[in-house]
Amino acid sequence: MADANNGRIEIEGVTKRFLTPSGDVFTAIKDVSFTVEPGQFCAVVGPTGCGKSTTLGMVSGLDKPSEGTVKVGGKVVDGITDGVSFMFQADALLPWKTVLANVALGPIFKGASKAEAQARARDWLRRVGLAGFEDRYPHQLSGGMRKRVAMAAALINEPKILMMDEPFGALDVQTKAIMSNELLGLWEQSRPAVLFITHDLDEAVALADKVVVMTSSPGTVKAVYDIDLPRPRGSVQEIRFEPRFLELQHQIWDTLREEVERAYARTAGGPTEEGKAA
Amino acid sequence: MATLTRRASTDTATPGTGRTGVRRALSSPFATLGVLIVTVVWTVPSLGLLITSLRPQQDVAQTGWWDFFAHPHVTLANYHDVLFNGGFGVSDGLMPYLVNSIAITVPATVFPIVLASMAAYVLAWIPFKGSDTIFFVFFALQVVPLQMALVPLLQLFSGGAHIGGATIFPALGMGGTYAPVWIAHTMFAMPLAVFLLHNFIAQLPRDLIEAARVDGASHFRVFRSVVLPLATPALASFAIFQFLWVWNDLLVGLTFTGGAPESAPMPSRLAQLSGSFGDHWEILTAGAFVSVVIPLAVFFSLQRYFVRGLLAGSVKG
Repeated sequence: MADANNGRIEIEGVTKRFLTPSGDVFTAIKDVSFTVEPGQFCAVVGPTGCGKSTTLGMVSGLDKPSEGTVKVGGKVVDGITDGVSFMFQADALLPWKTVLANVALGPIFKGASKAEAQARARDWLRRVGLAGFEDRYPHQLSGGMRKRVAMAAALINEPKILMMDEPFGALDVQTKAIMSNELLGLWEQSRPAVLFITHDLDEAVALADKVVVMTSSPGTVKAVYDIDLPRPRGSVQEIRFEPRFLELQHQIWDTLREEVERAYARTAGGPTEEGKAA
Repeated sequence: MATLTRRASTDTATPGTGRTGVRRALSSPFATLGVLIVTVVWTVPSLGLLITSLRPQQDVAQTGWWDFFAHPHVTLANYHDVLFNGGFGVSDGLMPYLVNSIAITVPATVFPIVLASMAAYVLAWIPFKGSDTIFFVFFALQVVPLQMALVPLLQLFSGGAHIGGATIFPALGMGGTYAPVWIAHTMFAMPLAVFLLHNFIAQLPRDLIEAARVDGASHFRVFRSVVLPLATPALASFAIFQFLWVWNDLLVGLTFTGGAPESAPMPSRLAQLSGSFGDHWEILTAGAFVSVVIPLAVFFSLQRYFVRGLLAGSVKG
């Protein structure tokens, strides 16, 4: 079983094909290769439907590549990868459990005793600023608070790799900025490798050390950018006005725009192959 | 019932054009009147049944149940007769059959739910070669009529299966026990149970299940702590259907027990009673009412799970 202990993620020539219900083969991603160093914050941006989530699924071991290999810590991923946590756009909280019980689930699944799990859950809830809310249920919390619970639940197992699938996609702009700052603060403390999927280029540049731009279906890696903004970066709202940020942002957007337009044309029924032929 | 209506009305606040249209149509005065009439028409015979079962024998023989309102004589003797005496020369009352019915129905409800929910989880969430085929076979088995499988199954249980001299399935020797009825009901329930629960469980949010998997939970752990609680409304509704079906079932119970007092369920005894005591309405109605009370209790105790489950909503953005 792959172990994330030195959390280096190597994705080498990975292709993933699915069989559609009508029997056709659909290639979600094709020949994707990139590497995330231990402790590195890597953002993946790309238009909708470019197989970003598929990539995450294969790193975590929930899914297997059709071709190529995914290695974590030098070992090929086979089965669920150890030391990985997930955070989704929809917060994966169980509605019939209290906030405390939800956060404590991670250690319990790992085999910790209930008392120990609850003590750690309390500590993590304090770290994400939710002390005093232990006995609430998820539906009694605001979207931002639920997101903090999800963050505590993702970090409580002290993952070496943190995978985030558009975690702040459903939040309003202000809450998103606050949550991004909190994420950076918590990440600086334990420094897991992060694979962060987003649509939002500003968010990607503000948070990440490395931005991978993907093309749309089949998803391939179009370009990889190193973000050399110094750390700690401070507030993500402030950094947006730094000249270097704007420079990088423009540079990446030039690459991304073409892909986004292509994907948009396809979904919106714009100029298609038949259109060009006519 | 009161809580059900109150909660349902708060639900109206959620927008949904098609549903509000139906809701508006159903809350018009005419619709209300219609529902009232149907309810009365539906309830009056049951009321008659209850009243008849409470009247003394000579009253029942001479006048209709509505006469009760003019001459209210109430007795519980009929219940005593039907449960313990059997009345009129028959030694056994309904009591042992009532116990049999409970001993048959509870396991015959629990077994298919346990098996079918596990099967549904595996078929919905663990990808393996042939899972679609297996699910399709389950689905297709629904068309096999129970009546067709009944006699071969009985022969298999009592005589085993043999080809020439070779025994490929031994006789189980379970005559006079509950086991053949449990097994038969479980088998007949499985196709529908797997189909219903699979459709529900397959719709559960992927994120919840994958988050638990990545956290290191085994499949059994995910099933127990994530899937089962989320599937409670589906489990409860299937439990109600299965309980009512097994409780009211005469055919399977009679076939596999032969109507013997040590294992036969209540409907087989009620059928005998209506044959031998066709004139004694007070006995029959008391017996019928005993058999109605338990399913009613089950229904009212489980129905809140429908509402709670439907309104809980797990993953919200």
